[in-house]
Amino acid sequence: MDPLPFFQWCESSLAGAAIKNSTWAFAVIESAHLLGLALIGGIVLIMNLRLLGLGLRSQPMSDLQHDLQPWFIGSLIVMISTGFAMFLSEAVKCYYSTPFWVKMSALITALIFSVTIQRRLMLAESSASSARSRKIVALISLLLWFLVGASGRWIGFSG
Amino acid sequence: MSALGFCQWLAGTSWSIELHESQYMYSLVESAHVLTLTVFVGLAALLDLRLIGVTLRRVPVEQMTKRLLPWLIGGFTVMVITGGLLFYAIPVRSFQNVFFRAKIVFLILAGINVCLFHRGIYRSVEKWRLAETPPKRARMAGVLSLMLWAAIVIAGRMIAYNWFDCDIQSAIVNWWAGCVVDSH
Repeated sequence: MDPLPFFQWCESSLAGAAIKNSTWAFAVIESAHLLGLALIGGIVLIMNLRLLGLGLRSQPMSDLQHDLQPWFIGSLIVMISTGFAMFLSEAVKCYYSTPFWVKMSALITALIFSVTIQRRLMLAESSASSARSRKIVALISLLLWFLVGASGRWIGFSG
Repeated sequence: MSALGFCQWLAGTSWSIELHESQYMYSLVESAHVLTLTVFVGLAALLDLRLIGVTLRRVPVEQMTKRLLPWLIGGFTVMVITGGLLFYAIPVRSFQNVFFRAKIVFLILAGINVCLFHRGIYRSVEKWRLAETPPKRARMAGVLSLMLWAAIVIAGRMIAYNWFDCDIQSAIVNWWAGCVVDSH
């Protein structure tokens, strides 16, 4: 089923139209989205650097996972709610935007990867995994999140 | 030569024009600038949150500063180079933009905050390196840093909007932005 009518409905919804017709709303929401990006990016980076044996490499992986998880979830909530608000205001443009679909696919993949394979690896004893497998997981995670960020930025350039 | 004159001269150089008019180069530089936020501002924010004592409380403070320092320096270098290129592509408008000026002021304040932290409470870090909640002055430095970097990011984003461009703003903003209105 073609989801275009749903996208059109989003854009004509009360919230979508309000953001679209406001001079400041989009810019303010986007600024919050950028602040969330900095934080969630920093968290993803610290965890993956640890898996690569860099950065906070003396800390137990499970400590980092435990301490950063609430901040990861918090910044994810900021990212998704501000991202959804921006989407509402230009949903039809998003429908026709390749970077938008790339971003959504990469985001879902990155999230599933984070809460399954990566999380399990971070919480397990370090003897349970080889340095090589930790590096591969970190590189996949970094690549996926980079794709989310880069294609996200490109939504703004296209159309 | 005045600062504005210098910007006008910059704007006339062929590389500035090429970067400004390029189809992809400007966007790529801007993307690098935005994505490096994660490396520089993201890691700096986590260091600040550790100083405030709200996350990574079991990590010794000097581990945060020393182990993350190379990444912070690397990230900051990329920010400055890409940010410099973005300015170089559009110098006159940026120079006369209120948000650009505010961003520079906040950047200087953030730099002063780092200096004061290093010359002040950080000197005695040996005494509180393991404290889950660091001393008040360290927490204050963390809060101030978070607020300043947030302001820098927001001001930086707003540069791209033309709300306060010289031709459309009030006299007071014109003055603050140093507008010479006919310089467009």
